Amino acid sequence: MKLYRDEGIVLRTQKLGEADRIISLLTRRNGRVRAVAKGVRRTKSRFGARLEPFTHVDLQIHIGRSLDVIGQAETIRPYGEALGGDYPRYTAGTAMLETAERLTAVEKEPSLRQFLLLVGGLRTLGDGSHDPRLVLDAFLLRSLAVAGYAPALTECARCGDPGSHRTFAIPSGGLVCANCRPTGVATPAHETIGLMIALLRGDWEVADTSEHRHRQECSGLVAKYLQWHLEHSLRSLRLVERA
Amino acid sequence: MYEGVVQNLIDELGRLPGIGPKSAQRIAFHLLAADPADVKRLSSALTEVKERVRFCSVCGNVAEDEECRVCRDPRRDLAIICVVEEPKDVVAIEKTREFRGRYHVLGGAISPIEGIGPDDLRVRELMTRLADGQVTELILATDPNLEGEATATYLARLVKPLGLRVTRLASGLPVGGDLEYADEVTLGRAFEGRRLLDV
Repeated sequence: MKLYRDEGIVLRTQKLGEADRIISLLTRRNGRVRAVAKGVRRTKSRFGARLEPFTHVDLQIHIGRSLDVIGQAETIRPYGEALGGDYPRYTAGTAMLETAERLTAVEKEPSLRQFLLLVGGLRTLGDGSHDPRLVLDAFLLRSLAVAGYAPALTECARCGDPGSHRTFAIPSGGLVCANCRPTGVATPAHETIGLMIALLRGDWEVADTSEHRHRQECSGLVAKYLQWHLEHSLRSLRLVERA
Repeated sequence: MYEGVVQNLIDELGRLPGIGPKSAQRIAFHLLAADPADVKRLSSALTEVKERVRFCSVCGNVAEDEECRVCRDPRRDLAIICVVEEPKDVVAIEKTREFRGRYHVLGGAISPIEGIGPDDLRVRELMTRLADGQVTELILATDPNLEGEATATYLARLVKPLGLRVTRLASGLPVGGDLEYADEVTLGRAFEGRRLLDV
């Protein structure tokens, strides 16, 4: 039987038969993988808590006919431990997992940058140094950038005219200048755009000192922008709670 | 393919969980060969279960009447409620004979990725039960996985203003296993929850 070894983050688990689960993972080298963990739901399973969502695991996987089968799993870092006991962080983390799953639509297509972004995002979320919603928004913006959908924030999305424009047009792909401005688009506060730029660049000093209303406006825009590009609503985003 | 009714039976059996086409065929032929009285009993058991079983108006467990067996029992302690995810969990806890309080079945766990939030569970009903002040302890016995933990955290935070004693079932090493095979999280929990051995 053919084997491969990889490390990955558990994105989602799904019950299968009596005691098995299908584990959906984002791996470092093989992209998104779906593999069966046999007997994982039994209390005496040798996998134990290693294949719970958010866990960073080192895996040995057997290539199966339809689904692969997980042979061995060792924990690298259990990010879920810190998140399960904190509801706002748990809901933000789940939205990160769902986004990572949606943005890696094709199975076994390597997406190293998406994987590294997810590991970094979960680590930041787990250490509790920033507002969970800010961590989530930063992750969403950067995931979109990795997928090729970075919003234009320092120039007009349509004509490329540089400068800080006022109007945010989601279908156009970011800020638009007065000439390109379509009808019925949002005009967010100047600080909100500043916050989005800071989150995209990882400038936490600016992000951490932002005001509540700008964070809220930023979250709203990021959520709409993400759902426009995913062409699908994100189920977990509705349940994300503010700390 | 078989004659109409036999094929119908095979198709219906094949829709049950864990029953493939081959097993469905085997069960169908077993029923054909079986004593008519046995088959009659099975068919009436199937109809009855759908007609008579409903959910307890108090705790949400499966019941034959308005209230389930546990909620009707006057000997049960009214001051303790044990919160579980599914009716199957009630049976598992009842088997231990350790618990003498009553239950509350949530009907699942909070799982944002599946789109299941607190409003989709019987959380509001739980809060109504706690409102009269009769309950003094709430035991959170949701599954020891991430969704179960998050649900327990959510509930603990929600009932905090009521000033109840809120407890969570212990996590740790399974009885009859080997220590070396325990995963880091479980072993860590076992250390956290270690107890004094006073002999």
